[in-house]
Amino acid sequence: MAFSRRDVLKGSTAFAVGTIFASPLRAAVPPPDPITPALIEAAKKEGKVVFYTAMDLQFAEHLGKAFEQKFPGISVRVERSGAERVFQRVGQEYKSNIHAVDVVNTADQSHVIVWKREGWLAPYLPEEVAKYYDKKYYDPDGLALTTRVLVSAFGINTNLLKMEDAPKSFAELLDPKWKGKMVKAHPAYSGTIMNATFEIARELGWGYFEKLAKQNVLQVQSATDVPKRIALGERAIMIDGASYLVIRGKESGQPVDVIYPSEGTPVATSPSVVMIGAPSPSAARLFQNWMHAREGQQMLVDYARQYSPHSQTVEKPGVRKLADIKLMDEDPEGVEKGAEEVKRRYSEYFKV
Amino acid sequence: MTIALPARRERRLRFDMTKPVLYGFAAVLCVLIVLPLSWLFIYSLTDQKGALTFANFYRLFTESSFYDPLATTFILATTSALICCAVAAPMGWLVARTDLPFAGTVRALVTASFVTPPFLGAIAWELLAAPNSGLLNQIFRAVTGAEQDEHLFNIYTLPGLIFVISCYTFPYVFTLVANGLDRTPGELEDASSVLGASHWYTARRVTIPLVLPALLAGGLVAFLQAMTLFGSPAILALPAGFHTMTTKIWSLFQFPPKPELAAAASLPLLMLTVILLRAEHMILGRRGYSIVGGKYGAPRLIPLERWRWPAFSICIAVLTLPVFLPYAALLNAAFSPIATTFVTFQNATLHNVQFVLFELSSASLALKNTVILGTAAATIGTVIALVISYVTARQAVTGWRVLGFLATAPIAIPGIVLGVGLFLSYTRPPFVLYGTLWILMIAFVTIALPSAFQQLQAAMRTIHPELEDASRILGATRLRSLWQITAPLLRTGVIATWCFIFVGVMRELSAAIILFTSETKVLSVLIYDLNESGDLGAISVIGIGMLIITFSVVIAVNKIPGFGTVRFRT
Repeated sequence: MAFSRRDVLKGSTAFAVGTIFASPLRAAVPPPDPITPALIEAAKKEGKVVFYTAMDLQFAEHLGKAFEQKFPGISVRVERSGAERVFQRVGQEYKSNIHAVDVVNTADQSHVIVWKREGWLAPYLPEEVAKYYDKKYYDPDGLALTTRVLVSAFGINTNLLKMEDAPKSFAELLDPKWKGKMVKAHPAYSGTIMNATFEIARELGWGYFEKLAKQNVLQVQSATDVPKRIALGERAIMIDGASYLVIRGKESGQPVDVIYPSEGTPVATSPSVVMIGAPSPSAARLFQNWMHAREGQQMLVDYARQYSPHSQTVEKPGVRKLADIKLMDEDPEGVEKGAEEVKRRYSEYFKV
Repeated sequence: MTIALPARRERRLRFDMTKPVLYGFAAVLCVLIVLPLSWLFIYSLTDQKGALTFANFYRLFTESSFYDPLATTFILATTSALICCAVAAPMGWLVARTDLPFAGTVRALVTASFVTPPFLGAIAWELLAAPNSGLLNQIFRAVTGAEQDEHLFNIYTLPGLIFVISCYTFPYVFTLVANGLDRTPGELEDASSVLGASHWYTARRVTIPLVLPALLAGGLVAFLQAMTLFGSPAILALPAGFHTMTTKIWSLFQFPPKPELAAAASLPLLMLTVILLRAEHMILGRRGYSIVGGKYGAPRLIPLERWRWPAFSICIAVLTLPVFLPYAALLNAAFSPIATTFVTFQNATLHNVQFVLFELSSASLALKNTVILGTAAATIGTVIALVISYVTARQAVTGWRVLGFLATAPIAIPGIVLGVGLFLSYTRPPFVLYGTLWILMIAFVTIALPSAFQQLQAAMRTIHPELEDASRILGATRLRSLWQITAPLLRTGVIATWCFIFVGVMRELSAAIILFTSETKVLSVLIYDLNESGDLGAISVIGIGMLIITFSVVIAVNKIPGFGTVRFRT
């Protein structure tokens, strides 16, 4: 939306308090917080959490309902959209001095860089995160925690395409025989796809996308929509998107399967943050804490079929181990600087 | 002691509030419309630092990513308008002027397609005619034994988009033509018959020329509707890999926002609309059609004879496209395990219903917001339109022409452009309304105002001023005679206008998509969000619920004791 520099300045002034509060803590790690009865009590008084997220809607609502059951009296309202839309929404609201959101989960680490710069994040480090998370999965300031690790592999509809005939690499997708048979999501909407596009362009060059765009690809928006399109049988091949939904679909009997491309599979870690202006600060912290503790994380593994950064979660067979997948490298700083170019080039080649 | 004194005192007691109230309305209207438009102009002529520049316009006409959508939009709007006229005008004539069986049912079905939000129709047509998964294409392959990739329809194309837009735009043309014919007196046709002309000759030489203005107006409205729609192109054009102007403008608001380019991109739409409205005025302005009066007889119905049932079948066949097929597809998706699998007794599921009712945590707030906004916008919009149509019809204040122009002006502003203008206007002092329901209400009222105004103005013209004059001669102020004489006489028009605005709020997506926050989300935005993540089952349940609410409200309002039943007038 429209923000002049003055608006940004105004926004920054409004949150100067937050920034001042946050800056000294940057040096020292905040003491990890357990879920205390006092926190639960305060959260119950607030009675609600507003959660903006890029997770698949069904899982986000499932998570919310589980939280409501665990802590009766606190309701969770989920506002789901693509990570880039969530980013736009938070920016638009915070710069207009609207503080409606408590906890945000996006699928693009580069957003955290921007929000930190703006001073919009509240430092909060749950106890289990400090204990059980690898250091790369949380910000030492406690400003952002990695909630899940997302991979964007290929998917196929096995009714339309046999596994042995399916393309196994990005290079094969350029074969004319796949023309009109593929579907992909959009980097201006989805954080997973923003990172995937950035990584693929870095590994294979933008020329790759220029050629791919000539394959008459069905263009949808969300990374969570692509798996649903191949499940419907609308297209045979999913080029990018939420692999966990393909796995979930396969486990529920849909004719779909995952293929990890030989050049490497794009990856994006998905951070969650407590906002500095959270209208329900205690409930926000309680939710953030619970979501990243064993219970929330095990649900992520069992129900959502995603990768958890929590070292105590128990794996459920059916998902290939992260260590066994050849992954591309995630580069949040690169994405933060390159997002504009990604969007510009993408719309130049794919016309939307 | 004089006798003049008490008289003067009495006059002071009955101080006429008319002028202040009317000027008040004028001022409100000015702020509503002029403020956002001014910001648009300012932004289109400035760069990001705020310096004066023409670079935005230069880019608009030199970069293919801008002029391609402009051309697409023009083709889209023209074709849709032509299709709408070609389909709706004969249907309107059949319903109003012939002994078509079940004409009332046909009208009701047209109303149903008008009440259906275009974005919902677009999603339903995705379910029906997506090339591989679409229900119709599945049936086609099952029947003909065609190969996996063969299809009959592909909705993700420009013709597909034109078709879907026409489905939900033709009611505008139909209603204008049918209402025009309803109001055309039978005398002229009688005269023609008396002089020996056949039914068909009379229709060709008398009726059709009489209805031409309505047809022209309908075609224009259809053009503008098709040009300014956001939902249908966003749902169907983006997957196909092309932009229209509205989706292009929307994409310019993604982070980091480029409002100056968007403002510039929206001005061609604005100019084109103004030119078209002027052209219509010039064509119609020279002709007088005095067709309203109480003394004329009801129009004579032309007997279709053996063509009665074929004509009826054609009408129903046409209405299958915007109503029966899409509703069936939505119902199927609501109870199907995967949206485009045909529901059977074995696979039917209540999962989607359960999800929407008990799990979808943003649904109840969106429903509440939508109902509040629908009711409030309809009420406020009707009052404003009533007052302005009165002022312009009776030329009650100086500058009434300007007031009429201001009330009509928003027709030239695409919803998404208005959304941008309002956002620029109301995120800064003195009116900080962003984040409240007020900004959405202003948007909805502004968007609905032109049609509401024209509807009520048309109704107002049917009431002879002599009734008001009588009331005023007996000592009532203008305001009082408006309230006690004119408004009651207009009540069917008022109710129709109220319903029209309420339905408009349900249909509206393009301004809401710019102006909502998570606290002020409406159902249309919720459905749009769900579409982007492919949650088609949930959309179907919400969409059906939304249709039920809209139909119930429209029926309930029409059943309020003391008010007669009304038909939609658009």
